[in-house]
Order: sequence, then C-alpha cells, then structure tokens
Amino acid sequence: MSEPKMEPAGRNEKSFEVSLKRALRMYRQMVRIRHFEERVDNLYKTAQMPGLAHLYIGEEAIAVGVCEALGKADYISSTHRGHGHCLAKGALVGRMFAELLGKKPGYCGGKGGSMHIADPDSGNLGADAIVGASAGVATGAAFTSKKLGLGKVAVAFFGEGALGQGLLYELMNMAALWKLPVLYVCENNMYNEYTRYTETTAGQLEDRPLAFGIQTKRIGGQDVREVYRTAEELVKDVRAGQGPAFLICDTYRYYGHHVGDINRSYYRSKEEEGMWKKERDPIRILGAWLTDTKNVSPETLSKIDKEVREEIESGLEFAKNAPYPDPTEVNANVYAE
Amino acid sequence: MFMQNNQVNDENMREISFAEAIREALAEEMRRDPTVYIMGEDVAEAGTPFKVLLGLVDEFGTERVVDTPISEAGFSAIGVGSAMTGMRPVIDIMFGDFLPLAMEQIVNRAAKIHYMSGGKLRVPIVFRTTLGAGRRSAAQHSQSLHAWFSHIPGLKVAIPSTPYDAKGLWKTAIRDDSPVIFFEDKMMYSLKGLVPDEEYTIPFGLADIKRSGKDITLVATSSMVQVALDAAKKLEEIGLSAEVVDPRTTWPLDKKTLIASAKKTGRVIVIDEGYEQYGVTAELAAVIAEGAFYYLDAPVRRFGAMDVPVPFSPVLEDQTIPSAEQIVEAAKDLCAV
Repeated sequence: MSEPKMEPAGRNEKSFEVSLKRALRMYRQMVRIRHFEERVDNLYKTAQMPGLAHLYIGEEAIAVGVCEALGKADYISSTHRGHGHCLAKGALVGRMFAELLGKKPGYCGGKGGSMHIADPDSGNLGADAIVGASAGVATGAAFTSKKLGLGKVAVAFFGEGALGQGLLYELMNMAALWKLPVLYVCENNMYNEYTRYTETTAGQLEDRPLAFGIQTKRIGGQDVREVYRTAEELVKDVRAGQGPAFLICDTYRYYGHHVGDINRSYYRSKEEEGMWKKERDPIRILGAWLTDTKNVSPETLSKIDKEVREEIESGLEFAKNAPYPDPTEVNANVYAE
Repeated sequence: MFMQNNQVNDENMREISFAEAIREALAEEMRRDPTVYIMGEDVAEAGTPFKVLLGLVDEFGTERVVDTPISEAGFSAIGVGSAMTGMRPVIDIMFGDFLPLAMEQIVNRAAKIHYMSGGKLRVPIVFRTTLGAGRRSAAQHSQSLHAWFSHIPGLKVAIPSTPYDAKGLWKTAIRDDSPVIFFEDKMMYSLKGLVPDEEYTIPFGLADIKRSGKDITLVATSSMVQVALDAAKKLEEIGLSAEVVDPRTTWPLDKKTLIASAKKTGRVIVIDEGYEQYGVTAELAAVIAEGAFYYLDAPVRRFGAMDVPVPFSPVLEDQTIPSAEQIVEAAKDLCAV
C-alpha cells in the first residue's frame, strides 16, 4: 500500500497556474466551508443541533477544486461528509444551516438533515449516508446524460472507505463499458471511520479503476490549484465522451469521523494531525501562493475571511429564527404526487 | 380510461397470454414515452429466460433495451440515478430471489430519496421481477418475497393475477412517479385471458372482486387467485358461495374492499404465496380483523407458503404451496359444514 501523496516535491508548479480571479473565488469557497463546519462543530458541542455531523474540515480543496471545474448544470452526488460538496456546488449557507437544525426552509424541508442535503437546482443530487452509494447515483445520472444527449458530467464524491464496497466495482465496469460521462472522486482521508485504510485495503488504490481501463490520476488533495487543474483535464475528457475517469485525492480530516469522535488517540496520533494542519492546510497553501506569487495583500485575505464569517453568522441567524416544519409534514412526500 | 373486470365489454377483447399482456404494456409505454427503457440481464436478444420481452429489442434497439453484466446492485443503482435525472427505467431482476442483491438500492435509495429530499427529487422506476414456486427450481429460484417491499414506506407493490390486470397495472406502474416493485408469477406466463384492444390502465390500490359470493370471502393474491377460484368452484358444488377478492397491489392496499367483503360474508380466508411467518397474509388478516371484527363469525384463517426454504423434490415442494383442497377444507370448517 503506497503512502499518501503529501509532498509537493517534483510537482510541475507551472501546470497548476490559475487566474487570480479564480484563485480568489476558490479561496473564498474554502474559507466558507471551513467556517461553516467550525460553526457546525460548535452547534453540536453546545447542544444546539439535533443529531450529529461529519465535518469536511481539512478536505476543502477537493470539493472546491473539483466543483470549480464543473458547470452549474453538471451533477454531483455526495456522502455523509457532504457539507463541503453542497457548498462548493452552490448551496446557500442559511438554507444549509436550516436543514441541519431541522427547519422548514432547509434544503429538504428538515426531512434530510446533515447526511442528506440535496439541491437539484445547483446540480446536487444529494448526499447519501450509505458508503459507496453516491457512485451509483452519479453513474445513473451520467447514464441519463448520455441517453438524452444532455452533455452533462456527473461527479461522485466518496471516501476511500467506499473502495470496500462491491457496488463500486460493478458501477466502474458498466461506466467503462458504456463510456458514461462520470468522474469518480475518491477522497482518501486515510481513515475508514476509525481504521487506517492500509488495514482495510489490499494492493494499490489506483489499480482498482485502472483494472477497468478507466483513466486514473492520484494527486495530493491539499493544493486546490492542483485539484482544479487535474479535475479540469479529466472533466474535459469525460465530457468529450471518452468514458469515466477516476481521481484519487490524498487528504486528511482534521476532526473525527463525526463531531462526537473526540478522543482519536487509539487510531491516530496528535503528531500526525498536527503535521497536516500545520504543513498541508489547503487554505494556508493557497493563501501563501496568493500572497507570495500574486502580490495579494494579507489584508485582502483577511477581508475575505471577515466577509465569510459575517455570511456564516447571518446564515445561522436565519436558520435559528426559521420555523420548524408543520407537524403534518411528517406524512408528506412519502410518495410523489 | 379505468376499467374493472366486471365492466369489460367482451366485443372489443382478445385472448392473449399473461406474458403477451406484459410485453404489450411495455411496448406501448415505450412508444408513448422515449424516457422509458428496460435494463437487466439478458433482456435484449434473449428476451429474458421466460421470453416475456422477446421482440422488444427489435422495435426499440439496444439503446433502450439494455443488456447488463450480472450486477443486480450496480444496474439497479444506475436505474435509480437515471430515474432521479429524467428517465423512467424498468429494471429487470430476473428472479425475485435475486432481489436481495439489489435490496440496498431499492430500500435505502429508491424508497427514500423523494422523502429525504423534501419532495424535490423523484424516482420513477419499476423493478420487474418474479415470484412463485412449482417449477422444481429449489430454494433460490422459487421464493415470493413481495412482503419485504410491502413493508417499506415509499414503495408500491403490484402483484397481478390475470393478463388483463397485468397489462393495466404495468401501464400504471410505468407512469407512476414513485418506485414500484412489479411481481409476476412465473408459472402464469402462458395463462390466457381477455384483454381489450383499446388502451386502459388500472389504478393502484383498487381490489378486484374476481368472483362474487355470500358465505365466505377468499382474499387471494397473484398465483393464489387461480387456486382460490378453483376452491370457490369446489365449494359451490357443496353449496357454499365463496367471494374471491384480489387486492392486485399489496401497497397501496384497498382496505375498504377487503373489509366490505368480510362484513358481507362474515368469514375470511387469506391466501398468498409468500412465507406465512410475518407475511402478506398476516397484514391482510390484521386489516380485516381490525376493520370487520364485529361482523366476523369466525377468526380469519390464512394460508401462505410453508415456512421452509423451497425444496427441490416434487413430493416436498408441492406441500409448500397452498392448495385448493386445503382452502376447501378450511372453508368447510369455518362455515361448519
């Protein structure tokens, strides 16, 4: 089992060039996800939120970089750790919080919660809490796109834990056979819940899609410019009808499997967590690139940070003040009318 | 146009088989709606092992009659994702016994996505499959598992017993915006019956009185309707008038018609080919007991398949399926003759 790609050494920096405007947009998106998730953690720890949540902090560059390579009409499907994907594809902070609090203006009217946010208007076919299921939804959406000639690409986000699900191999086989326009994005945060992936996964990660003849890339997932440029290339091929592609992004979740997973010492060390936060933080990496090579002032980045914090607080206020669904809603939407 | 059997005008009818009725319904719906497609193992040139789909590929091509690898979970998942994005798939699960392979897609995805998304996403999909023992096919090709799906909110379950019902229910199933599991009794494909020339549909949740009577009600489903009609004929010879009621869909369930018939006759036997333990017969008996308790002259009796894995040897297998003789004996017992 190969270790994750963490070192920037040997990268062709030039190929990760992005425009300043795009870089600033991606920076803002990553900061938005970071602050949103920190607020979710706080809501949980202060018992203001029902249920629990799986935070995306540390992995922001993947959702943001991949969604930056997509159009609004393109599809995504997501996982239990899905807030980042939803926000990156265009969901609004206030309606996200409303869903997390079980409120009426939430994206699912309070019926889905943290693990099931769906926003078809932004191309988000929903988060699914069964590991590997997102791949099925996206492959099916790609099937529609191909059959109806829609020209849309479908992206499935999932973690490396999904590599343990047989479903994924059935899907890759059919997607490759039928040249479906689907991009599988495997976020290798290295832990299947509380177990390191090297204990659960034989062979090499990339050999799995390669066995089906699927174009595969494995990259470090912490530099959003690298994620974006790689995704852009793959999406171009996928959209052109060359069949599915598979992108493995090595990454790290800073927090636990879910918000209640606080004592993690039995499965990973504080030193390891500290190293990723200090040396491989996606926001810091892009921030440094902006200030060091693009002459963006630290004040500009602070301003973005401040604006996003205000957006998060006002979104949360909206959600807190929003009404709960009417109790009679419990029976609605079991069947489509 | 909605029709019930007792309203049928014989002049515009033809006699066709159960299999032909199903094929006609599928072909008509595929002509009507270009988003309808069929996908499964050996559905195209082979027309499935029971040859029910024979000829459809000649008219609609392999783009719409799609042969798959032997991957029930995978192609069911693609069906669900494509239904969420604008298609109307008919997913062919060759034998009902293979449904467990697709269970996760049906139960956790198809049944729940509309509700979880607060009504924003729809999954208009039909899973086509079989039930019924008697083909000497042993424990993994003979089960009647429709109770499982009738238990899950969000799913509809059709179990026709005649060519007429099969065609009308199939057309409704394809047009329904909710997921439907459609069970065909594999022993019934050559059964002939009258089917109108003109187009018709049969609404879900509408039971059909297959035979009127006043002394006892036989509620029977799918393969057991012919058994019940046979029993009713034998009972007539000894002076007992049996009413045969076919719910046609186990969900939605026409409780009203079942209860009305029970109130009229005061005695009820429920017959279904699923396993008896925790089966469809239990639910139907409970509905009748709750709705007609003060009208009943005797406890509701029920007959399901014996609670054993379906055995191979004919002398063993035949014992496991409810028979007309058993029903006659039970009816005589209930009516004290």
